[in-house]
Formats: sequence, C-alpha cells, structure tokens
Amino acid sequence: MKMTGAQIIVEALKREGVRHIFGYPGGVVLNIFDTLYDAKDIDLILTRHEQGAVHMADGYARSTGQVGVALVTSGPGATNTVTGLATAAMDSIPIVVFTGQVPTGLIGNDAFQEADIVGITRPCTKYNYLVKDVKDLAYTIKEAFYIASTGRPGPVVIDLPKDVTSSQANFVWPDEISIRSYNPTLEGNKWMIAKAAEEILKSKKPVIVAGGGIIASGASVELLELAELTQVPVTTTLMGIGGFPSTHKLSLGMPGMHGTFYANKSIQNADLLVAIGMRFDDRVTGKLDAFAPNAKIIHIDIDPTSIRKNVDVDVPIVGDSKKVLVVLNQIIKESEKHQWEEIRHSWLRQIEEWKKEHPMTYTFDEDIIKPQYVIEQLYEITEGKAIITTEVGQNQMWAAQYYKYDYPRTFLSSGGLGTMGYGFPAAIGAQMANPDKIVVDIAGDGSIQMNIQELATAVINKLPVKVMILNNGYLGMVRQWQELFFNERYSKTLLETDKIPDFVKVAEAYGAVGLRATKPSEVGDVIREALKTKAPVFMDFKVYWKEKVYPMVPAGASLDEMLFEETNKKDKKKLKADKIIMT
Amino acid sequence: MKHTISILVENKFGVLSRVAGLFSGRGYNIESISVGETIDSQISVMTIVTSGDDFIVEQINKQLNKLIDVIRVTDLFETDHVEREMILIKVAPKKEDRVEVLRLCEIFRGRVVDSSPKTFTLEVTGNESKITAFIELMKPMGVKEFTRSGKIAMAREGINKK
Ligand SMILES: Cc1ncc(C[n+]2csc(CCOP(=O)(O)OP(=O)(O)O)c2C)c(N)n1
Ligand SMILES: [Mg+2]
Repeated sequence: MKMTGAQIIVEALKREGVRHIFGYPGGVVLNIFDTLYDAKDIDLILTRHEQGAVHMADGYARSTGQVGVALVTSGPGATNTVTGLATAAMDSIPIVVFTGQVPTGLIGNDAFQEADIVGITRPCTKYNYLVKDVKDLAYTIKEAFYIASTGRPGPVVIDLPKDVTSSQANFVWPDEISIRSYNPTLEGNKWMIAKAAEEILKSKKPVIVAGGGIIASGASVELLELAELTQVPVTTTLMGIGGFPSTHKLSLGMPGMHGTFYANKSIQNADLLVAIGMRFDDRVTGKLDAFAPNAKIIHIDIDPTSIRKNVDVDVPIVGDSKKVLVVLNQIIKESEKHQWEEIRHSWLRQIEEWKKEHPMTYTFDEDIIKPQYVIEQLYEITEGKAIITTEVGQNQMWAAQYYKYDYPRTFLSSGGLGTMGYGFPAAIGAQMANPDKIVVDIAGDGSIQMNIQELATAVINKLPVKVMILNNGYLGMVRQWQELFFNERYSKTLLETDKIPDFVKVAEAYGAVGLRATKPSEVGDVIREALKTKAPVFMDFKVYWKEKVYPMVPAGASLDEMLFEETNKKDKKKLKADKIIMT
Repeated sequence: MKHTISILVENKFGVLSRVAGLFSGRGYNIESISVGETIDSQISVMTIVTSGDDFIVEQINKQLNKLIDVIRVTDLFETDHVEREMILIKVAPKKEDRVEVLRLCEIFRGRVVDSSPKTFTLEVTGNESKITAFIELMKPMGVKEFTRSGKIAMAREGINKK
C-alpha cells in the first residue's frame, strides 16, 4: 500500500518505539503535523521555541538512554535548533531532529524560509541527511536512529523537502542497518586490556577518571566492580557524574577547574590514571604539560580520535566502556589474589588526609542564603533521588559539587558546549520521560531567562518540573572572573534580577507556582512546599551575590594551583558591606 | 612532514564538503586535494596532501576515518607509492625561444596541446618536483598562466611497507 512521506515518517517513528516528539510547526511541515494529529501512540508536544524542543529531546535522551526526537519547520525553525544540536554533539547525546525544507525544485533558489540546514549543521551533528526521494525515507530514518544511538552517540538531522513528505511510496522497513563505512569498534583489544590489568595490579597510586562514556555505555556497575576489586579511587568528570556513587568511600568527586582538592591532588600524585569514556577536556586537565606528571595513562574510549588527542597514552584501548570493563574485571578476578586493603592502605590514607585538609565546604551564614546551602537542602529533602538538570555558570558547578549523585542519568548538564538555557527544557524532557520522578533544574537567574518561555510547555503539559533559581543578581560565573582577574570591573554582568523580572510573578503569569526565600531559615520550607506542589514551580532564592565557586584552578594553570575561599582572611567590615550591597 | 592521504568515500552528495569541512573546522591544512571516480561507480577517491607533526597527522587520519561516509583511509607516507600531478601551462615565448620551449617540453615528456602564433599550451605530468622544475624552466620563457591538478596517488603492488 502506498503511503505519503508524512505517513511513512510516522510509521517509521512508531517502529523505532518513539512515544514523544518535541516540535514546532510551520509551512513546510504542516502535512507531517497533520498526520501526527491522528497518531494515537505518539505524543507531539508543542514547545515555545525550537531550541527548547531540541534540549527537551536531549533531556529525554540523557535521562533514559533512548533517542530523543524533535520536529521543526524549515528556515528559522531549523536554524533555531543549532545550539541544541551543538550541545548534544559535544556531549555525545543521541537525538534525531527532523527539519522541514522547501520543495526540492526550489532548493538553492533562496526560496521563502529556505536555509541550507545540512550545510549549517554539518559540523554540529554526527551525521545529517537531505532526503530527495520519498522512496529513501523509511530507510533513512532507520539509519539515522542507528547512527545516533550506536558507537559514540550523537545528534542526527534529517532534512525533509515538502514534496518528499507529500508524495507517495511503499513503506519498506529494513530489517537491519549495515553501513560499510561505519563500524564502531566495541570490543577492546584483548592484549591491550591484559596490559591494562597488569598496570592496575602493579600500580601503587592509581586513580580512575570516569567520564560520560560510563553513562552512555551503561557501565556503572562494571566501574563500581573495578574500583572495589582493586580499591582504586574514582573521580567523575562533569559528564561522568552519577556514573559512580558520589557517596561511596572511594569517590573523589569531580576533577578539574572546579574539582575537589583531593581529586586534583590524587591525579597530580598518581602513578596510574585509568581514564574511561572521557576525553581530557581542558577544563579537566588544566595546563597540559603539568597534568598528572608521574602517571602512566590507560585510556579506554569508543572514539579513536579521543585517544592521543590531548595527552599521550601508554595503554590505548578503543572500545565500548562496558564491554572493555567486563573483560578487564574478569582478568583481574582471575589473576593471583592480592591483599588490596594492605597494598592501597597508604595511598587511600593519603587521600583521606587531603580530604581533611580541604574538604568541600563553604561558610554558612545565618542571615544570607548561601547557594551551596540551598543545594545541600535539596539533597537532603529529596534524599538524593531527584533528577537534576543544570543551567550554566556557578549554579552548574555548585550543583555538581553539593548534590550527591548515586545513580547514572540523574545529572543532566551541558558539559562540552556549556549552554545557558539548557537546563530548563532538558528538565521538561526528562520529566516527560520520567513522570514519577522529581525533576529539578538548578538554575541561574541569567540562564533561566534564556528559555523561560518553556514554562508554558511545562504548565500546559502538566509537567511538574521544579526550577531552583540561585538568584545572585549577576551573571555570576562571569562576575567571578571579573572579580578575580579584571579588578572587580563588573562590565555588563549585573542582571538586576532583584527587580527584573519578578520570578514569582513570572511563574504566576504562566499559571505555575512561584515561591521565594530570602533568608536561610526559609530555604527548607520553600523546597518542601515546591516538592509538594503538583505543578511546575519557580523557586526564587535570593542568594549572596558575591559567593564564588571554589576550589578554582584558573584557566591555563596546572591542577596544583588551586584557589580556595578566602573569607577568613577578609576583614569583617568588607564582608558586611558586600552583604548590604546585595540587599 | 608532508603526507599524501588517499581516502575512499561513498560517492554521495555532500561528501567533499564533509571532508573539506573537517579540515577547515579543525584547522588542518590542505595543500592539494583531488577527487575522482574509482572502478566502483559508488566509490570516489580523494587524494589529499596535508602536513603536520605526528600527533596532528594521526588525528587527521582518525578524524577522517570517523566520518560516516569514509570507507578507508590510507596514509601513503607509510607505504611505497607512485604519485602524479599534471600541469597545463601556457607560455608566450619570444620568437627566438619558441624552439627552446618545445625542446624542454620534450625533455620533460610533455605535449603541446594547443598553439597559436604567440603561445603554446603544454601538458606535463609527473611527481611534484618534476612539475615544479618544469615551471621554473618555463618562467624565463614568459609564462602566461598555469593550472596544476591536485596530486593523485596509488600504493605500489607487492612491495612491503617502508
Ligand atoms: C548561551 C551562553 N551565553 C553565554 C555564556 C557565557 N556564560 C557562562 S556562565 C555565564 C553566567 C551565567 O549566569 P547565571 O545563569 O545567572 O548563573 P550564575 O553563574 O550566576 O550561577 C555566562 C554569561 C554561556 N555559557 N552560554
Ligand atoms: Mg546569576
């Protein structure tokens, strides 16, 4: 039976098991929207901006591991997806974005709402297609899902000229996809894995550095096993958070620019780094020449280009993290028994000392809300069971530092691109996929304004996401750099969010609930009240404007050069003056 | 170090821009590029001459391999291979030099592909240094214009790796 291109798309999506699509209509996708109007098994959610749609698909994907889907129109609809695509590309998130396109006969003519979206998105997708013949459509969709979700995952764009979706063809669904030029290496080289095992068994001061690959490949159980088997401490990069339980005694927290003192110390003093599913981002390594100077490096990654890109590696293993760890753990279990407690005793004790020397702390204040305190309260009240998304800036770092994550896919944050405006739509996407979970966007007063329109999407679709705005009145992270490195010249970082907007009123205007806390004593109650509410809530926490994220390794410095909170050294008067300016 | 890299790609719309975009996006340089058909009409071959230290060239090879449409990447630096380039060069010699131009062309086993009362258009093939040498010899004769093709290359059969 012949079907229209639009019907083929809907049928293909059903076959791929897609239940939710985030979309925004326009001229050239009208027929697809029309077909979806009758599709019982697929829920099409109208967002308020195409960027929101793509971040929602991304949050959906990060929180479930399934491919997220968005559908937008041509031209401006398509160009509005670029930030979402780049965000997903940098963090290896599987999404498929359908963009409408002008009819094939008009392509290249500067037709109304025409954009060369295949050209524009080429560098920020894993792959992209312009479908020119309706007969290719079903196959292309299956292939797109396959590419998005296999190997190192990533976003795929399918550009759909209007005549292709309106003309007819038979629906032919391929049984499987095989692409001769695309064969990701999943199994690690056995000999190399054996070598890695040998290095781990030999090492005195090993550290595991686990990244987003642990979560993408579902390897957290295997990671835990490896760490416990050989008593190796684990630090998780921003993308790896949740891949190893933060509350575990072998957990070192996050490394890098705003990493813990003890994670960075451990790396700098290690004799072996076991890097798994991470790519030695400059925010993790600091100054490369001074990074882990005494360590041999084992690097496990599915993407060969990640290996030896930034650092030289002693034992490179290309493969899927989970598959490699299964083999590695097996070899270690079969090797001669070691008294690990004894062997690691002095190394782990040294780490304990570092933990005591500079624990993750901040100075609590009775009168003024400290942002870290808000997050600690959230952790306690949710018992660590929420899905947390973040915006970008100080809020993101505090969310990484002060909430504890024991489960994978519970910390969703734009790591590689650092996209302000990511967290709120991502939370909506995650809530859609996890209706029974508490989903909280830990936000900044700047970032939340970048996709605040999606509050309508949350309210109308009855998605009770909670937004915790750490309202410091500033583009805080930038202000922090200005304070530390630009002589406190706050050029255009003052947001005046103490007045504009009134987040409580914004929430109310959208039919959501707005709550506010101005004193530390109100924080817990506001959070509890929000969690009780079966609707989206904006929580406006007026936090100390001058609080900084510490520890901090200045950009370009080595991990040994960490700055810490200096409040103790500061005279009381100055502190008080700062507090007054804020209120 | 200069590397000649031979890339087998799916003969699909947009592949050239994916490869070229990879080079420009990551700041790798392309000294020359040529694209053409292969024995299989669904596969094209690209020959790219690039340069960089070992780390960069390793990345270039890996990044090329990572492109979905790339079937195989061969860095001919590691392999004994033949390479050829072609030049079309138009010279307008003085009367007394016309014979000399033809003589040099013959020495380089080139051919005259067009002539007019004032000019010759010559075709010469060879490796890079031969082409460069020919240009140098023609310069005093009054070169009006020339076009160099990109390099094409192929591994030698039955000979071990360098
Ligand atoms: C889209 C975008 N634009 C600009 C930046 C640069 N930037 C990084 S952090 C930041 C400040 C964020 O302010 P806010 O959301 O209030 O968070 P805070 O740091 O105050 O917690 C800015 C402007 C960015 N990351 N993303
Ligand atoms: Mg702020």
